[in-house]
Amino acid sequence: MTLAAASPASPGAAGCGEPAVAKERGQREVFCGLTGIVWLHRKIQDAFFLVVGSRTCAHLLQSAAGVMIFAEPRFATAIIEERDLAGLADANEALEQIVGTLLARRPDIRMLFLVGSCPSEVIKLDLAEAARRLTRRHLPQVRVLHYSGSGIETTFTEGEDACLAALVPELPAARDDAPALMVVGALAEVVEDQFRRLFAAMGIGPVGFLPPRLSTDLPAVGPGTRFLMAQPFLAGTARALEARGARLVPAPFPLGAEGTTLWLRAAADDWGVTPRAFHEATAFGEQRARRALSARRERLHGLRVGFFPDSQLEVPLARFLARELGMVPTEIGTPYLHRDHMAPEVALLPPGTRIVEGQHVENQLDRFRAERPDLTVCGLGLANPLEAEGLATKWSIELVFSPIQGYEQAGDLAELFVRPLARRARLEV
Amino acid sequence: MQLAVWTYEGPPHVGAMRVATAMEGLHYVLHAPQGDTYADLLFTMIERRHRRPPVTYTTFQARDLGGDTAELLKAAALDAVARFRPQALLVGASCTAELIQDDPGGLARTLGLPVPVVPIELPSYQRKENWGAAETLYRLVRAFAQPRSTPRGDRPTCNILGPTALGFRHRDDLVEIRGLLARLGVDVNVVAPLGATPADLARLGEADFNVVLYPETAGVAAEWLARTFDQKATTVVPIGVGATRDFIAEVAGLASIDARPILAAETSRLPWYSRSVDSNYLTGKRVFVFGDATHAIAAARVAAKELAFEVVGLGTYSREQARDVRAAARDLGLEALISDDYLAVEAAIAAAQPELVLGTQMERHIAKKLGIPCAVISAPVHVQDFPARHSPQMGFEGANVLFDTWVHPLMMGLEEHLLRMFRDDFEFHDEAGASHLGAAPAPVPVPVAVEAVRWAQDAESELRKIPFFVRGKARRNTEAFAAERGLATITLETLYDAKAHFAR
Ligand code: SF4
Ligand code: SF4
Repeated sequence: MTLAAASPASPGAAGCGEPAVAKERGQREVFCGLTGIVWLHRKIQDAFFLVVGSRTCAHLLQSAAGVMIFAEPRFATAIIEERDLAGLADANEALEQIVGTLLARRPDIRMLFLVGSCPSEVIKLDLAEAARRLTRRHLPQVRVLHYSGSGIETTFTEGEDACLAALVPELPAARDDAPALMVVGALAEVVEDQFRRLFAAMGIGPVGFLPPRLSTDLPAVGPGTRFLMAQPFLAGTARALEARGARLVPAPFPLGAEGTTLWLRAAADDWGVTPRAFHEATAFGEQRARRALSARRERLHGLRVGFFPDSQLEVPLARFLARELGMVPTEIGTPYLHRDHMAPEVALLPPGTRIVEGQHVENQLDRFRAERPDLTVCGLGLANPLEAEGLATKWSIELVFSPIQGYEQAGDLAELFVRPLARRARLEV
Repeated sequence: MQLAVWTYEGPPHVGAMRVATAMEGLHYVLHAPQGDTYADLLFTMIERRHRRPPVTYTTFQARDLGGDTAELLKAAALDAVARFRPQALLVGASCTAELIQDDPGGLARTLGLPVPVVPIELPSYQRKENWGAAETLYRLVRAFAQPRSTPRGDRPTCNILGPTALGFRHRDDLVEIRGLLARLGVDVNVVAPLGATPADLARLGEADFNVVLYPETAGVAAEWLARTFDQKATTVVPIGVGATRDFIAEVAGLASIDARPILAAETSRLPWYSRSVDSNYLTGKRVFVFGDATHAIAAARVAAKELAFEVVGLGTYSREQARDVRAAARDLGLEALISDDYLAVEAAIAAAQPELVLGTQMERHIAKKLGIPCAVISAPVHVQDFPARHSPQMGFEGANVLFDTWVHPLMMGLEEHLLRMFRDDFEFHDEAGASHLGAAPAPVPVPVAVEAVRWAQDAESELRKIPFFVRGKARRNTEAFAAERGLATITLETLYDAKAHFAR
């Protein structure tokens, strides 16, 4: 078999205006979905994430969480040991014991996620059944849910998708068919509050957020629910919401002044907000965002930027950098491209932009070495080695951990790309 | 199952990566799921390596599990050899691949690769990182080392075994030990694994004896070399002045040379610094020691005998070397703490009430939480403990580093004296503590602006959402912005207008 199923090096295959999407297979230099726990546990303040996995999984969480691990984080790993592999029944018992200890230690916890890993999936430990059993035992204090963040099933941010999809069946049913908006995807609180105010100003409401800050504040769902995705990596969650009668409002993602306006407008149009009311609610914010961007535009205009696949934020980010800051995308790597959800974004990309879905990291590195973009967005395993080869890099995880959505963050988002270049310009050694 | 928030050691394949990354001309094909490449960033970020580790991961996904994971492994091995042209290939499995039972080593061998294949089996559900490193080095040494082919020369020669990638101060320890051996007149044959190629490993048998710097990683390989090639190995780890002197005597014995000149010319400043009157206040300071076995044992000796501390706790997370730590603790009248559960360590520290903690990154945080001074003596460590400057732990310069590093977090004698004299003065009040602890300084009263701008409720609460370390700046900027425009009240709009303004 050959590892590179398609050669993405020849973008000429695409039609006019249509970005070329190539698929690539081989070694992937990406995180698994467990990493999502690092930001999800900050967001849902009464939830605990218990990974059922190996020492590798614990080590990954520790490496990804950095100093957060010392702050009594609400996550941990139940490390599978030799004797658990011998008998699955004992493994279940051991897990119940661990959960008991954990919940006794943390009486503030209201929701517990059992998070599956590669080892737990491969040995077919039935976490769904475990969650049901544990829920029976610990209700009404604690509800126990499960999802898989394993590397064999999920790439990085898909861990959030799996988590939110697991929450969907728990959402209360809406009392009636009255219209309600749900914003889907974990956002920083400051961003969430800004969006709340913008929707209120347009007269859109009620507005619920998934995930909520507390597991006891789950938004209701029903046939009147329309949902807006705040993050691009939520395919499974969207499916689950649609299965409960909610309807997706297609939109580009709220990155940059333009992206935020288009995102808000999609909701406004769907809601029947008048153009005037929309303008009044958003014009100031958009102008402010454009002002904040204009200074950065000077520094970035005309520079070439390439993305390694990481979070599925790559396409919307490239769209933002291209349209609002004048950068020229070379290759946009993405771990997965949801054709429908990404259609509004792809339509905004410069014609002929090369998108590569999947990864063969060595071949991709060769392409980047040949093209030498002015800025390379990539993970921490690649960043320093590429810097040592003379390529300027921006490490991508920061784009997932930082508040970047919405008008007020547009300048900050641009700044994340300016800084590595500004730094290189300053250094004289 | 074991509940873990923090793990002192990674899985065994990370140990194998530490050996492979330390070496040259070796490539590691690791059968592992998508996601396990996270380990690369330990090397590229924490150790700040210029290159990616020489590891190819098969990164299989669920859809591959149907049966072609073996094919993935073969393709990855062929690809890696074609691309990187290594002298040899190391082939193994991570914890998940261990469960799917593909036999990576066997598969790689069927490929007829033009280079030797060394399979390594690491029981991920029983063993940990250091064990993985030791086993990998042992397998490589077994695979490549040849018996001596040249007659013994005039000058004694040794191998240096143990330094790896991601090793705590391995880079600088090696510099110290090389210097020490050179001054003794002992030639270094091969250093392994750090910097060695498989071809270098083949030459291991040419040395007269082995210097084992880190028993955790090199102990097993050294034992095999002793059995197979009759090479004796050092047993003393040269951390601290006393241990370094013992080490020199041991090497001299193995090399049949006279150690007296170099012992007489000892260059450490630690003994004098420790005797100088400013160090009086160190006497009997209660210290808790925790780390890997090698560093914990060495640190306990230095603490007790070279700084005149009182060791009130000694422990390790290295179960493989627990016996040695128990013995060292017994000599100090203590019972060793053998645990890889940081909560147990935290409880032990809290109970011992030490005035100084010597430990790993984890103990640094425990100590911070408890408000106790702390210095790092052992892995796991964070990026700041892979310093730019030369900072060995071993040899005489290493002893100087230990003195400075351990004493720094304590208040210097003079400083402590002054504090007591002026304890009621506001700069020197008791709670000031040692500067490194990050205790907040006494708040300096802020002059109230004559015409203070008012903050509207929503703007004020928005401001509080900004991280504390930039909040002050945001407040100042916004107030200046409002004052400039003659605004009496700062609204949410003002806050963001100011933000956009200052962004330019
Ligand atoms: S750019 Fe469009 S119209 Fe022109 S050749 Fe390509 S596909 Fe046809
Ligand atoms: S879930 Fe899988 S990929 Fe992620 S750390 Fe655990 S074993 Fe590795």
